[in-house]
Amino acid sequence: MPSKLTPPLSRQDHTLGNAHATLQLVEYGDFQCPHCGAAYPIVKQLEEKYGKQMLFAWRHFPLSNVHEMAIPAAIAAEAAGRQGRFWEMHSQIFEYQSRLRKENIFHEFAKAIGLDIDAFDNDIADEALRQKVEDDFESGIRSGVNGTPSFYFNGHKYAGDYSYESLSAEIEKHLAEKAHN
Amino acid sequence: MLQKNDEAPGFELFATPDQKCSLEEFKGKNVILAFYPADWSPVCGDQMSLYNEMLGFFKKYNAQLIGISVDGKWCHAAYAQQRTLHFPLLADFEPKGEVAKKYGVYNDKDGQCERALFVIDANGIIQWSYLSPKSVNPGADGIIEALESITQPTTTNHAI
Repeated sequence: MPSKLTPPLSRQDHTLGNAHATLQLVEYGDFQCPHCGAAYPIVKQLEEKYGKQMLFAWRHFPLSNVHEMAIPAAIAAEAAGRQGRFWEMHSQIFEYQSRLRKENIFHEFAKAIGLDIDAFDNDIADEALRQKVEDDFESGIRSGVNGTPSFYFNGHKYAGDYSYESLSAEIEKHLAEKAHN
Repeated sequence: MLQKNDEAPGFELFATPDQKCSLEEFKGKNVILAFYPADWSPVCGDQMSLYNEMLGFFKKYNAQLIGISVDGKWCHAAYAQQRTLHFPLLADFEPKGEVAKKYGVYNDKDGQCERALFVIDANGIIQWSYLSPKSVNPGADGIIEALESITQPTTTNHAI
């Protein structure tokens, strides 16, 4: 059963790197998942190394029964996104993942990345942001996400592990194929 | 292994230490029957926990999820409590694997069910089945596709 990214990336998605690149890496993740926390510095390293050659995207896949702060964290990131700081909040949450225990932690994070707090509070309560997180989750189901993190290279589910070695080998393979064509 | 258009064999198995659950009870609903090897797989994103997160989406397709393995009812009860599962886990325990055998997904060598999925429609007919490699969590994209082929999701909007 080949699992494909459904729907494909669009302007609704949060992306980093080269928007015109032919190589796209999408991560479905949960901000409170320890594996996603472990993958965070690895993906960051990959972004630093390959950011000019490829596009990175994040979609939410909060496992809310086991991680009660997963949805609030995803909404906080979306709210930061309204002020153009999605990735700053994404980093903040993962850098301090162990502190995701109380709801008002997001205020601290918001202040740390210089957000307008009143606007942030309004946005956090906006039902549209919760819906965005749910839409991401539903797209994850349709894309065959079977745990977090799940990665997709150019829309196809990646079956390997999330070590730097494995992910960078996959990237190199795609880049070499492109150079060949 | 049973395939599309086969009639789903009925069953009645313990879902809790003192309650049985039968396929018959779900007539009129779509049923997702998920056979899996064993409770307590040692990862946080295991198949049953993953499906537990998706119950709201299954519901949109008028679908009831049922997990089934050869573990006993007390084992299931402890597992469901620890993982806060909100759907029934059936114990195919005595005679061991009888229901899995009827569906053609019992592994004699391991003495466990295979990791196999069946989507059964409201009339008790299998509309989709899938055998997954034992160590691979198959996700739910196939389930949703099968449900979509037999029903349209109900929206949460109130009728006027």
